Amino acid sequence: MLGLNKKDFLLLLIVTMLTMLAPFVLNPFPEGSALAQFNAGYPDLMQRFVIFGIFAIGFNILFGLTGYLSFGHAAFLGVGSYAAIWMMKLLTMNVIPAIIVAVVVAGLFSVVVGFISLRRSGIYFSILTLAFAMMSYQLAYSVLTPITGGETGLQPKVNDPRLLDSALVDGATPTANLFGLSMRSSYELEIGSWLFTFNAGYYVAAVVMLLSFYLAIRIFRSPFGMMLRAVKSNQNRMKYTGLNPKPYTLAAFVISGMYAGLAGGLMVAMDSQVGPERMFWTASGEVVLMTILGGVGTLIGPVLGAGAIKYMENIISKINTEILHSWFSFLPDGLEDLIVNLTYPFIGKGWHLTLGIVFMLVVIFLPGGLVEGAQRIAGLIRRKDKSGGMPPASAKAEPAE
Amino acid sequence: MGILEVSGVNKRFGGLQALGDVNLDIVENTIHAIIGPNGAGKSTLLNCLIGKLDPDTGSVMFDGKPVLGLAPHQINQMGISRVFQTPEIFAELTVLENVVIPCFAKRDGPFRMHAYESVFHENELMDKAESILRDLNMHMKKEMHAGALSRGDKRRLEMAMCLVQEPKLLLLDEPTAGMARADTNNTIDLLKEIKEKRDITMVVIEHDMHVVFSLAEKISVLAQGSIIAEGLPQDIKGNPKVQEAYLGGAQL
Amino acid sequence: MEVYIQQMVNGLDKGSAYALIALGLTLIFGTLGVVNFAHGALFMIGAFCAVTLSRILTFSHEVVDETRTDFLGNPLKVDVPYIYDIFGEATGSVIIDWAVPLSILFAIPVMIAIGVIMERGLIRHFYKRAHADQILVTFGLAIVLQEIIKYFYGANPIQTPMPDAFEGVFDIGAIIGFGTGEILYPYWRLIYFGFAMVIVAAVFAFLQFTTFGMVVRAGMADRETVGLLGIDIDKRFTLMFGIAAAVAGLAGVMYAPIVSPNYHMGMDFLVLSFVVVVVGGMGSLPGAVLAGFLLGILESLASLQEVVALVPGINQVIIYLVAIIILLTRPRGLMGRKGVMED
Repeated sequence: MLGLNKKDFLLLLIVTMLTMLAPFVLNPFPEGSALAQFNAGYPDLMQRFVIFGIFAIGFNILFGLTGYLSFGHAAFLGVGSYAAIWMMKLLTMNVIPAIIVAVVVAGLFSVVVGFISLRRSGIYFSILTLAFAMMSYQLAYSVLTPITGGETGLQPKVNDPRLLDSALVDGATPTANLFGLSMRSSYELEIGSWLFTFNAGYYVAAVVMLLSFYLAIRIFRSPFGMMLRAVKSNQNRMKYTGLNPKPYTLAAFVISGMYAGLAGGLMVAMDSQVGPERMFWTASGEVVLMTILGGVGTLIGPVLGAGAIKYMENIISKINTEILHSWFSFLPDGLEDLIVNLTYPFIGKGWHLTLGIVFMLVVIFLPGGLVEGAQRIAGLIRRKDKSGGMPPASAKAEPAE
Repeated sequence: MGILEVSGVNKRFGGLQALGDVNLDIVENTIHAIIGPNGAGKSTLLNCLIGKLDPDTGSVMFDGKPVLGLAPHQINQMGISRVFQTPEIFAELTVLENVVIPCFAKRDGPFRMHAYESVFHENELMDKAESILRDLNMHMKKEMHAGALSRGDKRRLEMAMCLVQEPKLLLLDEPTAGMARADTNNTIDLLKEIKEKRDITMVVIEHDMHVVFSLAEKISVLAQGSIIAEGLPQDIKGNPKVQEAYLGGAQL
Repeated sequence: MEVYIQQMVNGLDKGSAYALIALGLTLIFGTLGVVNFAHGALFMIGAFCAVTLSRILTFSHEVVDETRTDFLGNPLKVDVPYIYDIFGEATGSVIIDWAVPLSILFAIPVMIAIGVIMERGLIRHFYKRAHADQILVTFGLAIVLQEIIKYFYGANPIQTPMPDAFEGVFDIGAIIGFGTGEILYPYWRLIYFGFAMVIVAAVFAFLQFTTFGMVVRAGMADRETVGLLGIDIDKRFTLMFGIAAAVAGLAGVMYAPIVSPNYHMGMDFLVLSFVVVVVGGMGSLPGAVLAGFLLGILESLASLQEVVALVPGINQVIIYLVAIIILLTRPRGLMGRKGVMED
């Protein structure tokens, strides 16, 4: 189906269902209930799920398939964002040109960076990409202020030229739209005490994400994808087999750069603003975390990882001591205080600490990320079913799941 | 006129003359062994043939075209495949993928942006890969990860990866190094079988005399960077210069 | 001319910090083959050792001062550091004033302990894993360490003053034959530079003249052979990690008065220090030190008015630019050995 085998098609179908029904799936708890803070079905967060999903899917094509660890991919995301915002300033608030130009500009930039960085491999490659990203960040922050808006960044202004748009009505602010449909417009559905929000921006981003995901599956299963895995496995053998690893790696680098640019463009399409902090190297580190946490080299892993990290960021950082006290109020007072105090460093502003610890645990104990974890659990269950009669199923047979 | 002609190749490393004026003429459809004691320059010579090293002077012609200065993948595309001392395979990929990759390389050249169709839609190439695996008795292992194969099977797989490209020339660098006698004999049989089935030229670098004399149709002896003898196996066996170089005079 | 010399000496203190961090990074990479992304965090923890000791020293209790009154006429309550009770006010205040230099003594055991725990508990399980995994796990560790510091000390920079005796500036110009006041350099930065030189010399002497150092150097050259000699190389390497951590920590302690410590200062320095290591040559100790100073000075020179006017923004990116050029033209760096990590 759609040129995919049954398993891949099923995966795509599940991901499609989940993203389309996300406003329901992510809002399982009724408004006002104690668990409502675990709801993630609000537009802003859902948009981030899919946008960072795109970013991580692309990053995985480079890191997961070829094994080249880039520490500078946020630069492409940032460049994409800047390109998109300029389209909104100069041309139109319609998001289509902004997104397309973001992808193209990020792609061109990644050709340059990739061409130079890929002359080295291993940690040298990581450090080169890091150096490029930091250079971009520093420049965006200082000298390039006329183009980037420096520290304050850029937003569409009322008096920007916008050649293709008709003049704004007095007092109106420019809003990002898709042929007139504002990205901010939402439809709210109330069922009992549940409230579901369907946001136009989210659905635009989700459709783009599904397309990106579909493309990634095709790439993974294609001869090109196989060659990329060969790059990771043994470049020497590749050369003596008559293949040139360089253009393959560069192509993977540029594709992942374009995915990053797409994510950057979509971010601008959603919130119409950009600042240099989007290019800081910790932002590059974040996409590495997402990919690893989900499962590097797997199809669904990066999407899971992006979702998990953005969910943690939003939900854990919102929990405060009062909420903790209300959770543990069933305990005797002394014990309650103790548990709250012990938990406190990991929540609210401390969520980065939780993130760092989770990340370390994953790298140490579960290098295959959440996907490997799920496979192991599935393996355990299967083994229990067969009551130990059979040797463990070949859990590692198909890592690209 | 041989398929591979090496003339006047010199290579120095600092003060060491690794290769001194080496001339070789490999005739098409023969198994040609290059032997010599350790440090004779065998590996250096091989590396010059496959583009890993550039000799200081001299020329290497393959099929009438110069080889020197080309990148390894270009040399392979001319029709030269190489088997390494320790098998170089794609350990993380399946056996079938290992064999199908060379098929793509042969058909599509060093690079092709072939990123949309599935590998499994390439029926012709898949059939080709499967049939070579059948030929080498590896078909039942096609879904295994190559890294999980036994050492002997890795060697076999590497051989399959080279042969599936139908090279005009196959270079083998000590194909039996570190093998037990039984495995060594298997490898000899395998190579003989391959030779019988198809037109192929092989250059074998080896210092196991058992292997050399069971396989080679022609032998060149390398010592201290120069060819000291060349000829049919029976001629080499009795050549006093060779015995001198190898054993200081003892009988081979 | 004066301007250039002024700018060059201005680069020295930053260069010293780069050199010290890069020295530790190189020690760890050379001996253990590990790429340590948490090394910047060790520098940061060092700076917070200084903060911690000054806090401990100024730990106070309330005393009612009968001789003075507050604006309501009640006897004035003043905070008196415990240290006054122990050593008397005169000595006590000197000790508090000298908190940062004293922190060196405090930081050495703390940093060595942290280094050893890090190596034993985490890093050693990653010797055999890919460099990418090492980068990732130490990156995770760096996040954890800096978040812990943030939890205890907050997100804002904490001012950590130098001893009063070192306030003020040193007139270099007058000494080397320019007019007075032409080339000025704060005393503390001069001390920092001297301190860095002492540490560098100590590390080199240690490696050169002790048996321990000899084994470590041999291990850097060929780990397996040294292992075969029956020397327990692992134990020595553990201690080496401790020493590298101490070097980074000390660099941080003394840097605290120059830049008020904050929890992310480690990350800021880490990226640059990696660049320094690469420029100097992976695995080359002299290379790391040389490149540290060179890049520090280069960065400073690039901020000259004339240079910035010529190439806007060059001061921001000069270090990265140099690194990119070096990596592409001379991948083993300024002083790296041929063949060591060249691709």
